[in-house]
Amino acid sequence: MSSSDGHNGEGTFDIELKLLLEAIFQRYHCDFRGYAMSSLRRRLRQAMDRFGASSLSVLQDRVLRDAQALPILLDYLTIQVSEMFRDPAHFLALRRDVLPILATYPSLKIWIAGCSTGEELYSMAILLEEEGLLDRAMIYATDVNDEALRKAEAGVYALDRVAGFSASYAAAGGKGSLSDWYTAAYNDVVFDRRLRRNVVFSDHSLATDGDFTETHLVLCRNVLIYFDRGLQDRAIALFEQSLVPRGFLALGSKENLRVSSHAAAFDTFAMHERIYRKR
Amino acid sequence: MRAICEHGPLLQMLFSWLLDVLGSMNNERTMNHAPSTPGLPLTPPPLGPVDAIVLGASAGGVGALLAILSGLPASFLLPMVAVVHIPRDKPSLLVEALGAYAHIAVCEACDKDRLLPGLVIAPPDYHVLLDVDSGGLHLAGAQDVHLALSNDALVNYSRPSIDVLFQSSAEVFGSRVAGIVLTGANDDGALGLWAIKEYGGLCAVQSPDEASARRMPEAAIASAQPQFVAPLNGIIQWIIALDAHRAGDTEGTVLHGR
Repeated sequence: MSSSDGHNGEGTFDIELKLLLEAIFQRYHCDFRGYAMSSLRRRLRQAMDRFGASSLSVLQDRVLRDAQALPILLDYLTIQVSEMFRDPAHFLALRRDVLPILATYPSLKIWIAGCSTGEELYSMAILLEEEGLLDRAMIYATDVNDEALRKAEAGVYALDRVAGFSASYAAAGGKGSLSDWYTAAYNDVVFDRRLRRNVVFSDHSLATDGDFTETHLVLCRNVLIYFDRGLQDRAIALFEQSLVPRGFLALGSKENLRVSSHAAAFDTFAMHERIYRKR
Repeated sequence: MRAICEHGPLLQMLFSWLLDVLGSMNNERTMNHAPSTPGLPLTPPPLGPVDAIVLGASAGGVGALLAILSGLPASFLLPMVAVVHIPRDKPSLLVEALGAYAHIAVCEACDKDRLLPGLVIAPPDYHVLLDVDSGGLHLAGAQDVHLALSNDALVNYSRPSIDVLFQSSAEVFGSRVAGIVLTGANDDGALGLWAIKEYGGLCAVQSPDEASARRMPEAAIASAQPQFVAPLNGIIQWIIALDAHRAGDTEGTVLHGR
């Protein structure tokens, strides 16, 4: 196999990839055109296997004509599995340094953007409850994937993941035992429904929707890594519009605002923990 | 900025040095394409040009990377990205450990960081991929390339995975990338190195006999049939030659009015 063959083949793959994203947008108004190509290539190759499609054009044909195929494809395009209290130092910083400032507000609005299946939502809710703030907080948990939102709302996670969650909870300054917050049933755990008493779950796209409320803290961790620069800028602009002056933006540990055109709108609050504060 | 006229002699010197190194390794059959018929001349490994080098290592990999880094001069300009299998649940000290012995910059990958001269290390619990600013056009120069991190599922039980980095580097650079698989006790990197070869890139593998763990080099050799199999010393001389060759290539292009 000569190199040029392989290369041309892959050039075609990228063209088909862009056409597929355009088709999904035109047909279903789901916009993935600003997602990072590097991860899309991997994920869509896996989707081709799942659908038994020999090319992305074949997959596109299928998705355009069969609305049932869309949710399956969306799982490949959007699902990000997270963990509770991932990067414990980040949640420790939120608990020790950010929540005491937020506690000075009479009521709190927190936006968890791209909440996926809810691991960070429950982490945040536990943090707020333990710090006595959940009753005056409203949490907006948004994602583009309805199926992920349903899972987030159910709050059910596999038991074998919980040992890791518990260790991270403790490292993040947990005040009791994580088991205080869930009930084990068969091979799953179910998180206490009281944790979501002030949570609104909503379908929201950082690519096409606007900001919807004034917020004091935006938590958007390991979501922007899947966006290209343009879409990342759009999302950060939304966060900036949504945040009150001196509101907080919490990103993933390997994301930063440095490359964003909105960097000037934020101060660095905790560099290593990637917590920023609107100017 | 180095003067153009320096490169001719430098290149020649490096190349003859490389041939010496290869010649001395002849007995060990360290080249994959080493002739099975005695007496045939040894083919030197190709010199690209390449715009970046990707490396993968697992068990014993820190020592191997240290050896490579301490062998590279401060003038080494080819951007390098490395995946070393490390625990996913704690911060990595690799950058500090390696940086202490390096004459070039060593840093941990951060999403959307530009690919620059120096060595970038994949952070724990993230895959590192490469992406092009314009959104996926091929045959990018290194100046248009940035790092793209991902939390996607483990590959070969690993995050970061060597295969993920290598595959992505082939997609972005086409033939203008060199992939190097070092010591390790699993098969990660074998498919990725194969992908680099498929796209026409350069592949090298540490000699299994020298590696602290031979499984990863052996798997990569079987899968990709690399152009170059050598002990670390040979690999170091090779990538120094790749760097010199690329510098000559780039400035040659500039001369022709790019």
